[in-house]
Amino acid sequence: MNAVPNTYPLIESSAKLGDYDVFKIREDFPILGQKVHGKPLVYLDNAATTQKPRTVIDALTHYYTTENANIHRGVHALSELATESYERARRKIQRFIHAPDPSQVIFVRGTTEGINLVAQTYGRTHIQSGDEIIISMLEHHSNIVPWQILSEQVGARLRVIPINDSGELLLDEFEKLLGPKTKIVGIAHVSNALGTILPLRKIIEMAHRRNVPVVVDGAQAAPHVPIDVQALDCDFYAFSAHKMYGPTGIGALYGKRELLDAMPPYHGGGDMISSVTFEKTLYNKLPYKFEAGTPDISGVIGFGAAVDYVTATGLDRIAAHEEELLAYATQALSAIPELRLIGTAKSKAAVVSFVLDSIHAHDVGTVLDQEGIAIRTGHHCAQPLMNRFGVEATARASFALYNTREEVDALVQGIQKVREVFA
Amino acid sequence: MADLRELYQEVILEHSKTPRNFRELKPANRKAEGYNPLCGDHFTVFLDVEDSNGKEGRIRDIAFQGSGCAISKASASMMTQSLKGKSRAEAEKLFDTFHKLVTGQLPANGNQAELGKLSVFAGVSEFPMRVKCATLAWHTLRAALERQPEPATTEE
Repeated sequence: MNAVPNTYPLIESSAKLGDYDVFKIREDFPILGQKVHGKPLVYLDNAATTQKPRTVIDALTHYYTTENANIHRGVHALSELATESYERARRKIQRFIHAPDPSQVIFVRGTTEGINLVAQTYGRTHIQSGDEIIISMLEHHSNIVPWQILSEQVGARLRVIPINDSGELLLDEFEKLLGPKTKIVGIAHVSNALGTILPLRKIIEMAHRRNVPVVVDGAQAAPHVPIDVQALDCDFYAFSAHKMYGPTGIGALYGKRELLDAMPPYHGGGDMISSVTFEKTLYNKLPYKFEAGTPDISGVIGFGAAVDYVTATGLDRIAAHEEELLAYATQALSAIPELRLIGTAKSKAAVVSFVLDSIHAHDVGTVLDQEGIAIRTGHHCAQPLMNRFGVEATARASFALYNTREEVDALVQGIQKVREVFA
Repeated sequence: MADLRELYQEVILEHSKTPRNFRELKPANRKAEGYNPLCGDHFTVFLDVEDSNGKEGRIRDIAFQGSGCAISKASASMMTQSLKGKSRAEAEKLFDTFHKLVTGQLPANGNQAELGKLSVFAGVSEFPMRVKCATLAWHTLRAALERQPEPATTEE
């Protein structure tokens, strides 16, 4: 997987699925070879952040070793190189999400900043006192709090789409919530805590029937589900590089051109202007209007390398591998007495959230850590969702393209150890 | 390598399964809520403190309610056992020593008689992520003694 082609088909042939060599793929990730507490690392906290392949790490090193300069400014050779690499990465990300034009891909620090940007620019200009903002029970705090802040600022009201006991969105209830006061819908593509894949196309159609734009939190979807912003017809789509094998601190926000054009800038500063006098400043064109200050240039280049890696591996092959792991893990965990799975939607990404009777998730996490197994325990930045299921916290194992059946077995054995310690 | 049995001592497991003084205290003249946002642990500590002529006396009774991991629950349970009959100053001093114990700041073989049974929490010092679990009830106690109206947190 070291050779990454410059051009690649958008969807790899599924005939290649049989070739998926997870052990070869693992060699691409230097960190996976290490031991934790004397045991081989079993990294199952991928929904929090994924590990990075050597190609991504090398892209960062290569940039700082050979190209480092500020972009869009200097006339010198290095600045030109850095600018070209930065903009090439933007085009890679544009193709990855099937955006019509690279200028509609705005670099932000991550999904959180992308959603805040929309709330504070589009939201502040279009949402007024008495208006309603709809989100879902499944949202991460990053798709709740920016809307609460906006609601407080303008006097709007937050409405929440409920879910059923499997963790699936109740579309009928969504239909009832949609009304003349609804001004925007913020929705996850994939739930971080439960793994539920939301029926995004349907949700967007329902909102658009009432001319309500939809902001998608794509943080958990990007590494698992092909994203086609034009087919989805979403108005905004935010996602983070670090959840899809790229660096931390960088992400992208896609927006429809007419919306982005009409929005005021988010931050003021350099690079986002076309001319400045003390009387008046003219803003730069898209996407630069929203990219004030020197951006995370190396992060963007690493983001591009991550897109290359995922694309070369093949999203359909990754999805098939993860689906198989999910089925295997779901079956194995279901067989453990006193274990309850939280989130059993029919359409799910490779996330298993669970609770053990009378053993707190935090204790589960500590015992598993001693076995070298990294999982997430806690409320997963989704406290309202935890309340919905009547739990304070869950243990969550989330899988990535490099995880194996043997690691699922290690998790199951680790949980048996937990039960022994607390027997 | 830190040993799990050092952390999850039998006494700790036993207290987490059968916490003592695990009830709402009535009457209580001090009360505070404690919350650890990292893991969702949530406790309320109730105190009945002797108050006479505006002068604060000893802790007549103490109880707690709530939910949390084995460490936080056992710590709360054993804290309530240690504090009955103590003055505020004594309680503060015990928290100080306990805090040093779980953060590994006590001399290795130092005999801290005042800790008594609480010394089973020494293993926590090998698990820095769990210090907040062990101290949540104590932070809450302090808030209750100071009669702080807001929930106590372990975020310092």
